[in-house]
Amino acid sequence: MGVAQKTMNLTRLTQILLLFSSLSILSIGGGNTVLPEMHRKAVNGYGWLSDKQFADVFAISQAAPGPSILIVTIIGYKAGGFPGAILATIAMMLPAGILVYLVSRVWERAKDLPLRKAIERGLAPLTVGLILASGWVMSKAADHGWQAYLLTGVCTAIFSTTKINPLFIVAAAGLIGWLGWV
Amino acid sequence: MSDKPSLASLALTFNHIALASFGGGLSAWSREVIVVEKRWMEDEEFLSAVTMSRILPGANQVNLAVFVGVKFRGVPGAVAAVFGLTFIPVLIVLALAYFYFQFHHIPAVKGILKGAAAAAVALTLSMVFKTGKKCLTGLIPVSLFATIFLMNGIARWPLLACLALLAPLAVAWAWPKKP
Repeated sequence: MGVAQKTMNLTRLTQILLLFSSLSILSIGGGNTVLPEMHRKAVNGYGWLSDKQFADVFAISQAAPGPSILIVTIIGYKAGGFPGAILATIAMMLPAGILVYLVSRVWERAKDLPLRKAIERGLAPLTVGLILASGWVMSKAADHGWQAYLLTGVCTAIFSTTKINPLFIVAAAGLIGWLGWV
Repeated sequence: MSDKPSLASLALTFNHIALASFGGGLSAWSREVIVVEKRWMEDEEFLSAVTMSRILPGANQVNLAVFVGVKFRGVPGAVAAVFGLTFIPVLIVLALAYFYFQFHHIPAVKGILKGAAAAAVALTLSMVFKTGKKCLTGLIPVSLFATIFLMNGIARWPLLACLALLAPLAVAWAWPKKP
């Protein structure tokens, strides 16, 4: 590897570090909120990947197990190989993680304050509403047909009334999808 | 409530959550494992941690792992939980990315995913039923629940705007009454 190549790699890795660590702090409300900005920089700005590749990579990160924010792992990989992938992943998690750490320390100390009790009790109905909203948005995004809604209904009934390990049901639903029935 | 989980147990548990969430539904899986199976937290504490993980910058599930890890084992706990949540998924995503950029098409898992996603939505709905039974016990909490669903789910208002409007009302409602 020549000197010029090394300098280029270093520049690239610095760009990866700066882009994803700033997106980490900006991603208030979750990783999805910075996707447009990520697209603007990675596709239009640096030209690391094409428009279509970004869309495909997004689909891959949604489909794979684990947090969907791992889209940055793939973008980092395309931009800077294996080191780029690892750097992008850490840069996306560390700044926000430090902030969460600081907040959770304060939260632990506030254990017996009425404010914490009120926040916990008050946020519960709101969180349940938000989770229903995310389920709603998920089923719209998945472009559900009637078969998929039926499958969702049956699975919901099973999850709500039995103690069967949910993993079996998800696997069975995956099998049904693989057979092309939804 | 059981004893403090070890670092290895934190890492393994979050790894389990991550791998189970194939097709989505990470929040529901987190509750299934952390509240129901391991009994590390009560529903109320877990739900407030979920919302704080959403408000703060960063990926929600990573934030929740930090939260739970710090609660039991401080910084090493957070590192263990996040490592567990991401290590194998990163390997999987890298393998898929390599495949994709080499062969220029998405691996043929579309059908499987469609089915798994339908079940993930179902798991999310059943989490709504189970947690709702405990906290939606009056006119005010039910109205809070319904309003934020309409705002965020149907009208697609940003999370922060919804919470800025409703969280103060919710906290005022929940303020402990003097005996």
